[in-house]
Amino acid sequence: MGMTIAEQILAAKCGRTSIGPGEFVLASVDVALANDITAPLAIKTFEQVGTGKVFDENKIALVLDHFTPNKDIASANQSKFVREFARKHKIVHFWDTGTVGIEHCLLPEQGIVAPGDLVVGADSHTCTYGALGAFATGMGSTDLGVAFALGKAWLKVPETIKFVYSGELRPWVSGKDLILHTIGEIGVEGANYKAMEFTGPTIDALDMAGRFTMCNMAIEAGGKAGIMNPDKKTEEYIKGRVSREYKVYKSDPDAVYSDTIEVDCSHLEPQVSFPHLPSNAKPISEVSAMRIPVDQVVIGSCTNGRIEDLRVAAGIMKGRKVHEGVRCVVLPGTQRVSLEAIKEGLFETLVGANCAVTTPTCGPCLGGHSGILAKGERAVSTTNRNFIGRMGDTSSEIYLASPAIAAATAVKGYICSPDDLETTTKVARKQ
Amino acid sequence: MIIEGKAIVYDRDNINTDEIIPARYLSTSDPDQLAIHCMEDLDKDFLENKKALAADILVTGSNMGCGSSREHAPIAIKHAGIKAVVAPSYARIFFRNAINTGLAIFECKDPGFFECVKNGHALRLDADGGFIEDASAGRRFEIQKMPPFLQEIIGIGGLVPFARALSKRGE
Ligand code: SF4
Repeated sequence: MGMTIAEQILAAKCGRTSIGPGEFVLASVDVALANDITAPLAIKTFEQVGTGKVFDENKIALVLDHFTPNKDIASANQSKFVREFARKHKIVHFWDTGTVGIEHCLLPEQGIVAPGDLVVGADSHTCTYGALGAFATGMGSTDLGVAFALGKAWLKVPETIKFVYSGELRPWVSGKDLILHTIGEIGVEGANYKAMEFTGPTIDALDMAGRFTMCNMAIEAGGKAGIMNPDKKTEEYIKGRVSREYKVYKSDPDAVYSDTIEVDCSHLEPQVSFPHLPSNAKPISEVSAMRIPVDQVVIGSCTNGRIEDLRVAAGIMKGRKVHEGVRCVVLPGTQRVSLEAIKEGLFETLVGANCAVTTPTCGPCLGGHSGILAKGERAVSTTNRNFIGRMGDTSSEIYLASPAIAAATAVKGYICSPDDLETTTKVARKQ
Repeated sequence: MIIEGKAIVYDRDNINTDEIIPARYLSTSDPDQLAIHCMEDLDKDFLENKKALAADILVTGSNMGCGSSREHAPIAIKHAGIKAVVAPSYARIFFRNAINTGLAIFECKDPGFFECVKNGHALRLDADGGFIEDASAGRRFEIQKMPPFLQEIIGIGGLVPFARALSKRGE
């Protein structure tokens, strides 16, 4: 009987030729990831295990991205603790202020994750790497501490839901809209425990940035993993990045799925997910008619902080200004994204339009710093979660959308599409 | 792994981690302190009822342990003297936390079991064979099989002691 890509990877990582959903496996991991919030606990667990050394200094990634550059004394102490561990154990993939990026933008960019890998991370959006054809999933700090020591993690093999997207995308419709729409259809628990395999001609046509965005949000439907079968675009992306050996897995034609969901994308509009669940997705035409004013716009994060996202945002902002009632914060995904954005003149456009461009950091995405919402404030954000209080005060509201919708909203002051912008917007905000 | 004991049954879906161990007691992580308040907000007489029934196998409805990711929940259950939990399904994080803290936890997909089992019934769980026997009713139902490594994690008291043992054996 055929196996899905997820089953093939998990079988390979525990030395078996076949495996089925529901089975428990003790598997070898290729990358074990933790960040400045979760690494300290994982390190403490690692010390309890008592091996004295890590399983492989090449296969651990420690990324200080959430509260950095350190926002207060507590976060500085956490970072210091992780930094000392990284030095002591000669962790190769250790990323600190100055080189660090948001983990899920950084690891693929730096070639740390390869197709066919098993990646476990003490961060729920670890599922992002499924876009490379890896099985990547979030776990607890205890699991990661044990993985640091032994290179092993236990997993229950998930069932897989196959999503088949077809049809050409209309202007301004992106990977973000596909995934918001999908979560809207199946709900925030629609893929509980399961792997979500994204396939079909629309996915084949999607660029890698859009694919990362989709897999990033699999967890928002309860998914254990989002995953895509590697193709030519995957190969092109990893060329020059991944320097070690890897094996490409693809779902067998006769693989068994728990469900197959077909999505016709040809009429899909850009989506906006209303507070306080990512599943509250509505089409932009409905939303812009509601004229919902916003106080803040956030563009970036591990969901939409790649250069392609900034290009879209800057393209819309060019020759325009952020509306005077709005603060627009831009969070580039990595240092390399920032450099590229500088070279392409995107930062000139964005800063010129009165956006506040930050260093690569999670910042406001989890209500950490650099753009916290006050009482009753409303934001449009390209991040992945709009739970109550996620970005600040518990009475604030987050609307999730793509960079295109976010940029247009920043200019107009209410949630709208780039199509709603006049060709020359007159905005009187002073420099 | 064979687990034998008597059932205490809560026929309710979505029992959440706040009912298992209310947040007001989270200032401690002492397992015995947590155990004193186990299930308090679901049934304030949980410990007494459990004692009266001489029960040590907890049977609940589906999506057991939903809510927060606190590890205190399985720890409280385990230290309240529960040897195993049986439910049709679990919240994902609760399931992981239970295994990682050494609480035996079994999925039973057969609705017949939940219709049959009553407070005080004598149960026998066979993790290798993948079945549960309700001796009081004289019936047997399928449960999810547990591979040896998972039984070892539970038997030895959780993931960290298991990892310690593995590394001592040089695996
Ligand atoms: S950007 Fe947001 S969702 Fe992504 S890793 Fe950071 S905090 Fe988590």
